Amino acid sequence: MDRATDGDGDVTARAQVIGFWLAALGLLAALALPLSTEADAALTANSRLLAAVFAGACMFAAAAPASVLSAALGFIGVLLGCAVTLILLDDDAVAGSAGWGFWVLTLATWLGAILTLARLAALPTADNATRWLRDLAIPIAFGAFLVYLWEVAVRGFGVSPVLMPAPSATAKRLVESLPTLGEDFIQTFVRSVLSGYVIGCSAGLFVAVIAHRFDFLKRGLLPLGNFVSALPIVGIAPIMVMWFGFDWQSKAAVVAVMCFFPMLVNTLAGLAVAGPIERDLMRSYGARPGQTLFKLHLPAALPFIFNALKINSTLALIGAIVAEFFGTPLQGIGFRISIEVARMSLDMVWAEIALAAVAGMAFYGIVALAERAATSWHPSYRT
Amino acid sequence: MTSSADALALPQAVGWPTWLIKRAPVLVVVSILIVLWYLAAILMNAPMVRDAFERAETQYAVSDLIAGTLDSERPIVPAPHQVMAQLIDSVFNYPLDSPRSLAYHAWVTLSATVAGFALGAIFGILLAVLIVHVRTLEKSLLPWVICSQMVPILAIAPIVIVVLGAIGIRGLLPKSIISAYLCFFPVTIGMVKGLTSPDPIQLDLMRTWSANALQIFWKLRWPSSVPFLFASLKVAVTISLVGAIVGELPTGAQAGIGARLLTGSYYGQTVQIWAALVAASIIAASLVALIDVAGKWTERQMGTAT
Amino acid sequence: MRPPEHARGDAETAAGSAQRALTVDARGVSLTFHTRDGEVQALSNVDLQIGEGEFVSFIGPSGCGKTTLLRVIADLERPTAGTILVNGITPEDARLQRHYGYIFQAPALYPWRTVERNVALPLEIMGFGTEERRKRVERYLKLVNLSGFERKFPWQLSGGMQQRASIARALSFDPELLLMDEPFGALDEIVRDHLNEQLLRLWDQTGKTVLFVTHSIPEAVFLSTKIVVMSPRPGRIIDIVSCDFPRERTLEIRETAEFMKVAQRVRSGLRSGHSYDE
Repeated sequence: MDRATDGDGDVTARAQVIGFWLAALGLLAALALPLSTEADAALTANSRLLAAVFAGACMFAAAAPASVLSAALGFIGVLLGCAVTLILLDDDAVAGSAGWGFWVLTLATWLGAILTLARLAALPTADNATRWLRDLAIPIAFGAFLVYLWEVAVRGFGVSPVLMPAPSATAKRLVESLPTLGEDFIQTFVRSVLSGYVIGCSAGLFVAVIAHRFDFLKRGLLPLGNFVSALPIVGIAPIMVMWFGFDWQSKAAVVAVMCFFPMLVNTLAGLAVAGPIERDLMRSYGARPGQTLFKLHLPAALPFIFNALKINSTLALIGAIVAEFFGTPLQGIGFRISIEVARMSLDMVWAEIALAAVAGMAFYGIVALAERAATSWHPSYRT
Repeated sequence: MTSSADALALPQAVGWPTWLIKRAPVLVVVSILIVLWYLAAILMNAPMVRDAFERAETQYAVSDLIAGTLDSERPIVPAPHQVMAQLIDSVFNYPLDSPRSLAYHAWVTLSATVAGFALGAIFGILLAVLIVHVRTLEKSLLPWVICSQMVPILAIAPIVIVVLGAIGIRGLLPKSIISAYLCFFPVTIGMVKGLTSPDPIQLDLMRTWSANALQIFWKLRWPSSVPFLFASLKVAVTISLVGAIVGELPTGAQAGIGARLLTGSYYGQTVQIWAALVAASIIAASLVALIDVAGKWTERQMGTAT
Repeated sequence: MRPPEHARGDAETAAGSAQRALTVDARGVSLTFHTRDGEVQALSNVDLQIGEGEFVSFIGPSGCGKTTLLRVIADLERPTAGTILVNGITPEDARLQRHYGYIFQAPALYPWRTVERNVALPLEIMGFGTEERRKRVERYLKLVNLSGFERKFPWQLSGGMQQRASIARALSFDPELLLMDEPFGALDEIVRDHLNEQLLRLWDQTGKTVLFVTHSIPEAVFLSTKIVVMSPRPGRIIDIVSCDFPRERTLEIRETAEFMKVAQRVRSGLRSGHSYDE
């Protein structure tokens, strides 16, 4: 399954050409419009910025006709536009009170970015490696541009940093608070998430193996497991606090319960997947039930088990963080978020969220790598 | 023994209706779990009850001890009947707008859940349709939507609540926004899978009839995606509920199931917490059941019901 | 390894040859399935004696009970009436003592094991040592012409090669009896011819008793010493045809008159047992 679409639909070619010309004109129009609503600032004052704007407009114009270089030219134009706007924001007159000129610059750059992405998406690729590179570059460029827009919007509109910090402020705070982030990471991830994950997943696997052996148990537990998976299990956090105290043990307990049911349901599904021929084969060898379990059912169930392990990796992190919202000693990602939110220092909150996001992706990535190593024989790796 | 044809036929116990036989394993397991629950209540509460008796220096027999464990005010593990009693009491015995009524809190959370779910589902479907038809979106946005599955997005709930609160928006809307934001991801991913599920053979056939994108969408893609839609809606509604509950936590909201859980935990009202959780579970199960019924009805109308 | 015998597989000759038990001795075997739609008589009063070293084909239309009979011999089904002995003991004991190797319609190789580990699977279960396993895997892969493919995964092999691997797996623990249920049915004719020749050569070299289910008349006549013609509803034996072709035969004999005569007899047996007008 290479692409979601059949490649026919996209921003039409004519619209793209017109769009690029519009972007170029927009950049130039900014020269005539005021950059600030307060002071009297104009682009004509700074010669280097002037040159950059002209160059950007030329790039967009050159990118208009569809060619192999179009994506690259558009990319340079976008970079120039971003640079100009970001440099302008350093000017106190512009930051917080940006005028029409500034916004036209930003919008033109935005339009150029959309079209550049469209051209990039349509770029023909010679082989698998370049296609992989291109498909990696597009979402990264898209994400980076969103961060840029966020930065420009926050600083250009002069949004109070208490309400919504700019990405640059968040990045600064992140770097400054690495020790605190480290402690929070250890408390939440290493102590709560990992222990709860291991306990919950092993328990789910163990119970599934037993239920597989006794059909009555399986028919009773499977609907129950499906039912419980739909419930807001995070809500047991206050009960766990009552039983295990405020510290990481109660969070680990929440995580363990959250991981148990998806693991149970998926493992049961996986253990049932071996077909009648394979089972008859084992029977013809006079294999004991234990041999059949370890040589047939468990290996066949591995793709399902890893599916649950991946799902659980995210659930575990969510469970630990939300459980910390209910109360925790002075450490932890969830704790820090709720404290800093109450203090309205949102840059720290975003830094913690960035930490949680990175931890989540890394955790998932490690499980996915392990899955690839263990189940490389599965058809899903062949296309 | 083997894969003979009658392996699936359940033994016909004399006199029992079929629906009971089919559900027997679940009923037995649930009954066993309830018994275990009672045992846990007795064992876990025993030390506390014994201490209370000894402090009051009253004589007590084993039966008194057991009765005490199943009836304490602040048990470590409340007994099932205690939870049910509290549930029934707090739902039926208070006026519907009283903050002591569990029905009131349940309604607050439920409304946020449903509002967020509706918003998120519609947005998710629209986004999925766009992603399937606009290639740039598929390549730039879809990877991020997929990445979002690995990231604990629920962590942004406090920010949304507080920021919106600071500009004067409180109550239902911020929670709905959180719920909507959480549930549009699974709906988008599920619908993208569903809209792209038709066989290439089917798409080729459409092309031989010179069908345009809109026709392909209505006649092929949309009907093929119905099972995926309902599957992802079930996931979305449960996430939406969790989002609504979590949205009540950061600012210590006054109303809603999350608020109830918070106050219960602050004041040590164990039975209240358990009752609130049972209420939340009932809400979740009912919502999923509703979607399931809707899905089956739709499939019957389409003639694809199995 | 017992020398191959050209036994005639009926009770008298077997009794006369040095007290050796019949490989399969079925008397009055019946099997009725109870399904939701009612009762299905898969086998009705089957009497069959098979001696050692024979190559017996079971042929008949779908639902005639040939696979069911094979599964009864393999203790994968239990008959509802009649007696059956495999090598003089019950099918269950024969199974637990690993007297036979079963080859299914699909290769049923485990996708997470390489070819050599797939062939070694029964050896692991039966407790052979590591060195012994390695030797056997090497020997039997060579026998089916798959040397050099040990480290490949099943999906990297063609259908014919996968089926050969499953034959090597069935042979790896030296069972006296080979039960094959339409093993070449999913393959195209060219590969099938090739594999028929290889199977025949294998039978000649190893001297095992082979029970082979098929619905291809030429295949049955080419391979067998005896052909059991069956018919459905209820499943029963219509005819037992002996074939007397020389052991070193090639595919060319399929055009000879003698071959045609045997095939004709089989075909008329099939027709008499099963009317398509029902």
